[in-house]
Amino acid sequence: SPQVVWDTLGNRQFCSYKITTKTQNFCRNEYNITGLCNRSSCPLANSQYATVREEKGRCYLYMKTIERAPFPRRLWERVLLSKNYEKALEEIDENLIYWPRFIRHKCKQRFTKITQYLIRIRKLTLKRQRKIVPLRRKIERREKRREEKALIAAQLDNAIEKELLERLKQDTYGDIYNFPIHAFDKALQQQEAESESESDAEQEEDEEDVDKREFVEGDDSDLSDFEDMDKLETSSEEEQEEEEEVEKKSNSKSKGKTPLKGAARRKRPYIEIEYEEETEPTTKTKAA
Amino acid sequence: AGGGSGPGGSAAGDGGPPAPERVLFPPTFSVSEIKNKQRRHFMFLRWKQQQRKEKLAARRKRRKEREALGDKAPPKAIPKTIENQRVYDETTVDPDDEEVAFDEATDEFAPYFNRQTVPKILITTSDRPRGRTVRFCEQLSTVIPNSHVYYRRGLALKRIIPQCIARDFTDLIVINEDRKIPNGLVLSHLPDGPTAHFRMSSVRLRKEIKRKGKEPTEHVPEVILNNFTTRLGHSIGRMFASLFPHDPQFIGRQVATFHNQRDYIFFRFHRYIFKSEKKVGIQELGPRFTLKLRSLQKGTFDSKFGEYEWIHKRREMDTSRRKFHL
Repeated sequence: SPQVVWDTLGNRQFCSYKITTKTQNFCRNEYNITGLCNRSSCPLANSQYATVREEKGRCYLYMKTIERAPFPRRLWERVLLSKNYEKALEEIDENLIYWPRFIRHKCKQRFTKITQYLIRIRKLTLKRQRKIVPLRRKIERREKRREEKALIAAQLDNAIEKELLERLKQDTYGDIYNFPIHAFDKALQQQEAESESESDAEQEEDEEDVDKREFVEGDDSDLSDFEDMDKLETSSEEEQEEEEEVEKKSNSKSKGKTPLKGAARRKRPYIEIEYEEETEPTTKTKAA
Repeated sequence: AGGGSGPGGSAAGDGGPPAPERVLFPPTFSVSEIKNKQRRHFMFLRWKQQQRKEKLAARRKRRKEREALGDKAPPKAIPKTIENQRVYDETTVDPDDEEVAFDEATDEFAPYFNRQTVPKILITTSDRPRGRTVRFCEQLSTVIPNSHVYYRRGLALKRIIPQCIARDFTDLIVINEDRKIPNGLVLSHLPDGPTAHFRMSSVRLRKEIKRKGKEPTEHVPEVILNNFTTRLGHSIGRMFASLFPHDPQFIGRQVATFHNQRDYIFFRFHRYIFKSEKKVGIQELGPRFTLKLRSLQKGTFDSKFGEYEWIHKRREMDTSRRKFHL
């Protein structure tokens, strides 16, 4: 009889569905309606019992009566509830008519809760879902190692420097930088054919200004090299201001950032006698 | 077996005293046949020493021959590297391939390369970014001109994309985060362009880089793309190039490099200075990271229904160590 069952299992002896915590006792039985371990909620200790459970999104009402107690296979009777919330509540009432109030009430509560969480599931699946992909340790290790080796093989600094020098050679920077001898060899040969000294002089002054401006901006950055550059620049400027003739500067130290006045030489280190002829007369007259 | 155990036994007998200079092993002898571990180990060491000696002698002999021949000596053998031994990829781009040139003139980046559009970039992260990712996003936005950082706050990418297109953004970068470090990058060209999904690793923020310079300025940097050889690599390279405005300001002397080596793309940001016509100094500023391409998709970001142009399939593509796809 159910009273005996409760006295032994529920209260005193061991029940495998029972979980005790500090404040409460829970019941792990799948047919339990409230989830707590109580005299009125124990499916084992009540011969007339009902629950609501859901399977694959559909809710069922399970009922147990005394008549079927000796037939465990047919013990729980299952009724499919309608998808409509109100109609389902009515169905519960219909099926559990004349049943104790407690069970009816708890069934409806449980059914409400279940429908609420089903709605939430459906809403969440519409939102973006984060997919969790497991990392594979061997693959991670392999990738890391390959990356290190690739980094060493890449020799990034060298590659970048080479590329920049290539671009300098191919004149992508235009007239900003003054030194490359080879590129200007070609330009030199071109200019031997033409005589553009005056236009050169004008361009010279413009370019001097531009260069100067660039150097000011360059000074803002914090490379230590720049200090050396500044010294070189000023010293060579002074030298050239004194000299009337520009001498061959085969030393690559003159980064060509030194603006050449008067002698109207482009960024070439070589001198062209043509230019000197143009400017010399004026200086001579001044001296005189 | 009898012949093998003979010298083995005798060697074990004088295992203590130093081994003889030249040991003749009968041809059928193999070190692994000895069952005793100590003896086997000893024999193996001796065998190794002998191998080393032979190799040294061979090398000396070769060097002497080379010196003797003088100029007529055969050229030195080129050491084999993985790049040398790389399996030839049939999609390697020829510099003057017409088909490729035609494709490039008509693909989604053509308006950019024709100077019709100016890039405008939106950088965002996955949900709830942690400090490192946030700082990385900020630094990235200083590196890429004309870029804006917006926080995600749980919005769906599919809804963001039409809004971005309406506001004239050309590219979208999403940095995915896992366990407080950024580990993925989705780069999507907006008006209907390809979407590339990368795995990002070894991210270094500016403060973690040694000997760094000041902050990157507002000048438009130059772009260097190294080693993008195949068709796939070419399209990825163009994607990267389209992030930066087409006219670099050489006054700024900044350069952003995307270097592809064995399918890993290394990103660096430097400031350069020409010390002479043959020497250039570079100083690293800006964040650095490496990318590995995971998938390339034809349209904008759509993981379920998108048409994938290329996916990294581990089983098929990682089988050979000499085969690379970019």
